[in-house]
Amino acid sequence: MPGTKEIRTKIASVKSTQKITKAMQMVATSKMRRAQERMKLARPYAQKMLNVIGHLTEANPDYCHPFLQEREAKSVGVIVISTDRGLAGALNANVFKQTLLLLREWQGKGAQISLCLIGSKGLNFFRRLGLPILANVSGLGDRPHVKDLIGTVKVMLDAYREGRLDRLYLVNAQFVNTMTQKPAVEQLLPVQALDTDDLQEHWDYIYEPEAAAILDGLLMRYIESQVYRGAVENVASEMAARMVAMKAASDNAGKLINELQLIYNKARQAAITKELSEIVGGAAAV
Amino acid sequence: MADAPSLHVDIVSAEGEIYSGPAAMVFAPASQGDLGIYPRHAPLLTLLKAGEVRVHTVEGEEQHFFVGGGAMEVQPHKVTVLADTALRAKDIDEAAALAAKQRAEEALKDRSGLISQAEALAELARAAAQLKMLERLRKLRG
Repeated sequence: MPGTKEIRTKIASVKSTQKITKAMQMVATSKMRRAQERMKLARPYAQKMLNVIGHLTEANPDYCHPFLQEREAKSVGVIVISTDRGLAGALNANVFKQTLLLLREWQGKGAQISLCLIGSKGLNFFRRLGLPILANVSGLGDRPHVKDLIGTVKVMLDAYREGRLDRLYLVNAQFVNTMTQKPAVEQLLPVQALDTDDLQEHWDYIYEPEAAAILDGLLMRYIESQVYRGAVENVASEMAARMVAMKAASDNAGKLINELQLIYNKARQAAITKELSEIVGGAAAV
Repeated sequence: MADAPSLHVDIVSAEGEIYSGPAAMVFAPASQGDLGIYPRHAPLLTLLKAGEVRVHTVEGEEQHFFVGGGAMEVQPHKVTVLADTALRAKDIDEAAALAAKQRAEEALKDRSGLISQAEALAELARAAAQLKMLERLRKLRG
């Protein structure tokens, strides 16, 4: 039976691939749930932080922190969050596409671009562009921690403080739902999220140490928490995208196995028929 | 007053909410010395250093929370502790920033990624060839 052995081995190999993709799908599902939990947990901190910063700026309208000041954008920093591993559908590609659009827009305006890359996929992609990469961290795993991000964010914040950057953006995959993840661009610096309109109370604070130092510490932590949220959200998106991609792969493998099985059966049948007719032909000759 | 004055305490960190509830008194390691806060304390904003935040609940129990630093906002009936999950110090942060910079520089120098790309391309070519063979096989048999 020529060919049938090859088909059988192929079926076995596709089957084992299907086992792997199924397992990956299930792992991604459970990891996605945990990542979603952590996304929720990160929310109150950022909100409370914004409240306090709002109170503080309200109480000190005369003091303006550089992180809150709008200035002419001559150089732009972009923090790009990507995954460390592949097999997550078009997730990273979409984030990179969005980033390139942002870069082109600013380059069109004549701004200098510097990058900060979180995740190894982004590093592999963007280092070919030849743009300066100020900081990089990868291998954060499925549970990113704030302490792994502090240094990376600090490089960008220092550059901003020293006037080497006039804008700071964050690009990551936004988790809309299990089926949809879309790239999101957020402006981190100058801080825009401050909305002091809904503060009813006005407090005359005692400051320990002085207001400027507290505001500086708060704003730094706020930016860090935003990047942390982005990283956690990216993990949730990664897992969701991988789940969907692996489900599609398992389904395709199933289809392929069915088709191969059909081919195999036909080949087997043809071989039997051929053998039979040979026997009959032989018997008739005798 | 009918109610005994009490404080509402929220302790949150970037990675999750740590404590939220009423308290009779709160101790916190402020940057310029430890503070004890009773209800109707004057509004205060302070940075915290690494240490222990102690919350005396209304029932008279005492709860301890370790914070790596952070900030605290005090309003007469509300205390918000924004806790750091990581130990913070100027030189630790500085070292972390330096490490992040170095990683970026090394990544730019390191061209091994391009080699792995070549490997991936070879792998892709092989897979495509396999697929083509399968397609031929299918036509032959079907």
